[in-house]
Order: sequence, then structure tokens, then C-alpha cells
Amino acid sequence: MPLCTRASVFSTAAAALIGLQTLASPAHSGVFEPEMFELDNGMQVVVVTNRSAPVVTHMVWYRVGAADETPGVSGIAHFLEHLMFRGTDSLDDGEFSRIVGRNGGQDNAFTSWDMTAYFQNVAVDRLPLVMEMEADRMVNLALDADIVDTERSVIIEERRERIDDNPSSRLSEQMLAALYQNHPYGRPIIGWEHEMAELSLEDAAEFYETWYAPNNAILIVSGDIDAAELRPLAERIYGPIPSRPVPERARPQEPEVAIARRIVLTDPNVQQPSWRRFYLAPSYARGATEHAYALQVLNEIFGAGTTSRLYEALVLDQGIAVGAGSAYSPVYFDETEIGIFVAPNGDVDPEVIEAAVDAEIALLLSEGVEEWEVESAKERLVLAAIYARDSLGGPARTLGRALTAGVGIDVVEEWPERIGAVTADDIMAAAHAVLRPGRSVTGLLLPGDPEAETGQESAQ
Amino acid sequence: MTRYARWIAGLAGLALAAALPAGNGAKAVEVQHVITPLGLEAWLIQNDRIPVISIEFAFPGGLTTDPEGKEGLTNLVSYLLDEGAGNIESRDFQNLLNDRAIDLYFTPGVDHFYGTMRTTALHAEEAFDLLRLALTAPRFDAEAVERMRAAVLADIRRTVADPSWMARRAFYEVAYPGHPFGRPSRGTAATLGGLTTDDLHDFVARRFTRDGLVIGVAGDIDADTLAIALDTVFGALPETSDFEPIAPPGPPPVGESILVQRDGPQSSMLVVQNGVDREDPDYYAALVMNQILGASALRSRLGRELRERRGLTYGITSWLRETELVDLLMVAGQLSNENVPEALTQTRAVWLEMAQGGVTEDEVSDSVAYLTGSFPLLFTSSEGIAGMLVWAQLEGMGIDFIEDRTARLEAVTADQVSRLAAELLDGDGLTAVVVGNPPDAFQADTVLSAEEMAERELDAGL
Repeated sequence: MPLCTRASVFSTAAAALIGLQTLASPAHSGVFEPEMFELDNGMQVVVVTNRSAPVVTHMVWYRVGAADETPGVSGIAHFLEHLMFRGTDSLDDGEFSRIVGRNGGQDNAFTSWDMTAYFQNVAVDRLPLVMEMEADRMVNLALDADIVDTERSVIIEERRERIDDNPSSRLSEQMLAALYQNHPYGRPIIGWEHEMAELSLEDAAEFYETWYAPNNAILIVSGDIDAAELRPLAERIYGPIPSRPVPERARPQEPEVAIARRIVLTDPNVQQPSWRRFYLAPSYARGATEHAYALQVLNEIFGAGTTSRLYEALVLDQGIAVGAGSAYSPVYFDETEIGIFVAPNGDVDPEVIEAAVDAEIALLLSEGVEEWEVESAKERLVLAAIYARDSLGGPARTLGRALTAGVGIDVVEEWPERIGAVTADDIMAAAHAVLRPGRSVTGLLLPGDPEAETGQESAQ
Repeated sequence: MTRYARWIAGLAGLALAAALPAGNGAKAVEVQHVITPLGLEAWLIQNDRIPVISIEFAFPGGLTTDPEGKEGLTNLVSYLLDEGAGNIESRDFQNLLNDRAIDLYFTPGVDHFYGTMRTTALHAEEAFDLLRLALTAPRFDAEAVERMRAAVLADIRRTVADPSWMARRAFYEVAYPGHPFGRPSRGTAATLGGLTTDDLHDFVARRFTRDGLVIGVAGDIDADTLAIALDTVFGALPETSDFEPIAPPGPPPVGESILVQRDGPQSSMLVVQNGVDREDPDYYAALVMNQILGASALRSRLGRELRERRGLTYGITSWLRETELVDLLMVAGQLSNENVPEALTQTRAVWLEMAQGGVTEDEVSDSVAYLTGSFPLLFTSSEGIAGMLVWAQLEGMGIDFIEDRTARLEAVTADQVSRLAAELLDGDGLTAVVVGNPPDAFQADTVLSAEEMAERELDAGL
């Protein structure tokens, strides 16, 4: 079922998501070596061949997401994604997924701040069928008032399940809202409930007509196919859809706030406390972009896995935490964040955790990183990247995210070389630029009675 | 690091191959049956397109074998095998894995103890050697044991806050009192605290054995090389295991209502009835029935009634829970508290309609097409393939399992599914567990408190 991806922001694995490499295949120079072409109507096409099984992943990505919504209509990008499954002029409500299913395929969709994507995994001989249906709903979506009402209840239930009934998600939602004071990354992808309750058929229709056009879409197919085989299908099926003007994606940027913020969430359902901190950080496309690759290596040294500095200090040496790590993905259209996450051990006071994290950051900023740490982090990143090809959908998702984040596929294909070029000096320049308290939000998740403590944002 | 002196030397294992069509039959997936010089057996799908190797294996006996009072032992072992082995201490062991990007993890299931390793072909030798050490000579140093005990406790703390976990916990506890199925599989703070290093060593010595070991491998390795590697990894394990099989519990409760009181905007709903055994002649009909009933929120009767038509829930899913001793048909969903009574009424109505009215030919052919057609999608990563190869062996299928499964599904008829539905589906006999704060219209036979359940799991007994 349709879902919003937030994992891209929070999971440590995402830090390496964009990096993929073919070390042991010297014949390959790039990572996935995709073939690319463009249809006359401006629709971009990307093909990644993988002949392991006679199946394909077929995806259509739109360069629009929750951060492109008009203020006051939060959640409409994701709501439209749900409605895309509920009928076109020629397909009945729910028929899309039923047809995919009876053809042995799986389908779904996901929405993030920068993109909305629809996909089907099918046997390669069923590819034309799903292409026809995806092209159909790019232009012929049928919106029905009763269905809009029912589906609105579904997304509100989805919000409650994902966020309202999950204290950890509520804390992260509030931390992002505090971190981004002007940029729409501070709004939840799924929307604020009071605005979701007002989302109308007209809102969905307007968003659809504004953004869903072939020249704002990317077709990505990976699996048992190449460009020569795909091109005639793409030209026949997607080619006739007329292009039309699509707005520029211009989002308001963040001011220099220079105030550390703090969010405390207490909830009786919390048993395991959590400490976390987000710093604003550049993406590949926006902000101090020159630091993006260095920050990926820094993240690997500082917070990736059980051999990172944070895990060693807090979990192994001091025994004050049961888990500690950081996460950073620069694949965003605008400035993004790097996050630090710690699970305290037993009843260890979160203040003790915070002091220990701050001490590690201070040590990093004063003493720098060792040459061997840099080399081994780069090696790990590049090695782990080999696994990215060991998947049907992974390459398509990686390329789709890059292209909808406003960068070229060079950030994927040349990633190993660019990571390889990062030096200790680059890392320290990035660390000093990003790890600044005035650009951060610290969050605490605590057990207890919410009335007893302020859950409010406060300046530190 | 020790290296394999014999790595390249060709002590050839015996490999029998079966070529099988996948998907539309355009290409063959070749499953090789590898028999090593020491007599170990494994299934292999070789693929040299990507320089990655994945191995999955399963030892018999899972979470339910923990002795009473030592609940959580199996799970704790699974946390500790990569925390130092042989003369390599925890930090160094983790460094060796991380520096080579070797993924190694262990997962306790209900009936089996699983291990999974993924490595680049470049570091395969070291990877297999680290795996051998982890299985044959785990250290269980005090520091690592305490650290992982704390990590498990943190996991328990996190999951007791999850209403869907709480619903399953409450069901098993009420349904199977005193039986291993009714006990907390990761243990409680109290039982976890009582586990000793001797318990851990004893577990490894008695349970990691060659009888009943099942192995699946996929990726960039040939049968001969694999045969040698497998003998190196598993060859030193004892021949036979030594653990008490557990007695089957009684049948699950019928028509019970269980409420676990918890504050929050939503309730988590779990609906359960008796399922179908893997050996039952109606097993494949049951798979098809479950597809039609509720396996997908986007393409099932439950999804249509509860989500598409009424907007009661975002996710509602049904599944067949098969274990060696217990077979259940379960439905889970999360929904606003006030919607609980209607969701239960509608679920019972879906049950009743299928029991009385049966299923249509179209529903059966659509579901069979999905179950057979989507199967090759599970064969698109080396980890996925290795997992499927272990699954097929544990299910007792032959090396032709892809064709066999397809043939059995295609033989299912609408009459068979309708007859099964009439016999099996019992709308009034459904047992319902609700974790939340539903209106009074939901009347419970048993009322528990989420807070008290959490306290019980977390009480260290001091």
C-alpha cells in the first residue's frame, strides 16, 4: 500500500545508499552503468540492465513531493499518491493493483519531500501492460467525491499509526519542525492532521494537473531489459502524452538562526528513552555542497556501526548506552540534516549521554581524524556499495532519488572516485562547518506523564 | 587471520544440478545440490554477474526450546556469536567484519536458529573463516555478555511500547498458558538476568550440530569451492544435537475477547483462529484462500471492506502462521479506538460471507496467478535466493520446488477453496485481541493492562 518514506532520513543504512561500486569488475567504470535517453515530450528514461532473473522493476518518478505543497495544504502529495490507485477513466477503483496482482506482480508507491514514485515488479513479458496502466493514470485519473472522503480517513489512520501512536516518530516530527523554521522539510510528509482533514478533491486535482506531466517524470526500468528493447515501448506508450509547463521548484530557504533548540517528549508509553540531535547539513544540491562527500566519510567514522567512534566511546568504553550512531544522506533537493541517535543503557541520565556526545564532538573538532580512520572508512563505504547491485529495485531507487533531488546521475556513477578523493582536511572542514550548536536541535524521549513536564520547544 | 591452505586445491564436492524454469520460462534458474566431501549438503544457485556471496543456514530448534526459567537464552546467543570468537576479542572481531564489509547475523525463529552471511567475493575466505569461528568457538566474554544483555533489555523496553507486539504477546499468553508458546521468547528482565556464560556455552555445544542442518547459498561461488568452504565452516561441529523436543500445546481458544488497556489514539487489533498444517492436503488451497481473504490490503476482501469502502484502517492484513506445532490464521490492523467494534463486525462478516458463499473462479485464478507469478521476484538478490533455498528445504520440498509449488497452486480449484472456507472459517469463533482504548461496545472476557504487562516483562525480580 502507498506509504511515505521517512527511512531515508533516519536509517543509518541510508548513509551509504547512494554509494555503489563494482570493485571486482574492472571492465565497469561506473556504478550501475545506466543507459539514458529522453522522449520527445521531455520524459527522461533510465535503464539498468540486470539479467539475473526474467523480471523487471518498472518505476515512474515525479519531480514533486511534500516540500512542493502550497502552505496550508500539507499532505496533498501523499494523498494524491493514494488516490492514484483509485480509478481512472478506464480503470475501476482498485482495479490497478488487482490487474498487477493477477499478472503475478507487486505494486506500490511512496512519497517523500522531493519526489513521488510508483512502481511495479513484474515478469519482463508483463512490462508493456504495467507501462500502459502507469501512462493511463498519468493523464486520466478519475477522482470521485465519495472515494476522496473514504481515502482521507485512510491517510488519517495512517498518520495515527505511523506518528501519533508512536512517541519516537512524534519526537522526530517535532525536531524537524524545530530544525527547519522556514523550509518545508519541517512539515511532515504525511501532513498535519488538521490540514489533512480539509484536503479536498479540488486540492488533489490541482496538484495532479500542476505537477503530473511527462516532462516532470522519470521512467526507470531495471532488470532483464536494455535500452534498445525499452525504447520502442516507451516511445509508443509514454511518448504520445503531451508535455506542458510545470512550475519551478523554489522552496524558501533557512535563515541563520544561531540558537540551539531542544525538544522534550514525555509519554507514559515510552519504556526505552532516546537521545538524538539533528544538525542542518548540505545536500549534494544545496547549501555548502562542497562538504557533502566529506560528511559521508565523517559519518562513517563517527557513527556508522559497531566500530564507530560513538559506539566505541558510549557503548564499549563508558557503558552508558546500548546503541549509538549517526545518519546522513545528501540526496535531497535542499539543505538536509545529519542526525545522531543514542539509546541510553538502563536508567542512565540523558544529560550524561549528551555530555558524552558533546565530548566526542569536541574531541573530533580539536584533535581531528586519523589518517587510518579515513582510509578504512572510505574502503568500507566503497566495499559495502557492491551490495547495491545485488538487488532488482535498489539501483532504480538510488538513481530515482538522485534525479528527483536535482542532481545528475554522476553523483551515483562517480561516487566511488569522489569518496576516494576525500582527505582528512576535507573532513575537518566539513565537521567545523556543520557541527555547530546554533544549527541544531536536540531531542529527548522520556517515559512519564506528559502533563508533568514541558513538551515545548525552548531556547537553550 | 588464518587462511585456507586448501582453498583453491580441488577437493571436489559432488554436485547434482536441476535446471528449473523461473517466471515465464524464458530463463532457467539452476539449483545445484552440493554434497561436500564430509557429507554436508547444501543447495546453491550460482551467479557470477555480481561479486557477492550470500549463505543462509538453519539449525533445528528455536525460541520455544528455552527451558522454563531460562527464557531468552536462544535470543541472547543470537546477539553474541559475532562478539568475539577463538582468540579474537569482540572489538577485533567487529573490526574484521566491518573492514571487509561482511554482514553476519543470527536470527532465532520459532522452530529454527538461522544464520546469514553476506560477503563480497573478494573477502570470501576471511568471511567463511569468521563464520567458522563464530559457530565453533564463540568467546562469550563477560563484557560482551553484559553489553548484549543490556541491548536485549533495551529491545524489550522498545517493543513493550508497541501495541501490535503487545497484542501478539497477550494472545499467546492467554492462548497457551504454561506452554513455551505462551512464554516471552526474548525472556523477561528477570530470566535474562539469570542466564550465565555456562548456559551460553552449553547451548552452542548441544545445538550447533550437523544433523538437521540446512544450507542455502547464492552468488559468485562454484560448487567445488563451496563444498570445501562448507566443510571448513561446519565440518568440526558435532554429529548430533541434544535437546528435548517440546510437546504440542492444545488448540487455540475459540471466540475469546481479550482487551489490553492502553492509552493512545488508536487500537491494535489481532484476530485469530485455527490455521492449516503444512502437511494438510488443503494447505495450498489455504494459501489461495488467505490471498482472497486478506493477504494484501489493496487486493483482498478484508482490504476492500475495511479500507477501500469504509476507510476504517490504513493497513489490514491476514496471514497463515505456520510453525511445527501451532498453525493459525491471523489478521492484524491498527485503527482509531472508536472504529474497533465496526472493524470486528466487518471482519466477521467477511468470514461469514466466504464460509457460506465460497469464492469465485476469478478470485481463485487471480490469486493463483499472483502466488505463482510473484514467486520469481523473491529470487532477485543473493540474500533473497539463499533464504528461499533454506525455506524450500525446511518445507520438505525437492530441488524442483519452483515447479512443484507452481503445479500444486495451479491445481487448486474454487470448489476446494469454498469447501475449505466452509469447514475452516468460523466468524463467531474468532478470538479477538484489542490493545487500546475501544468503546464499551467491545466486550472482553479477559481484561489486561498494558502497563502491568510491560512491568512484568521488565521486572528484574530484585
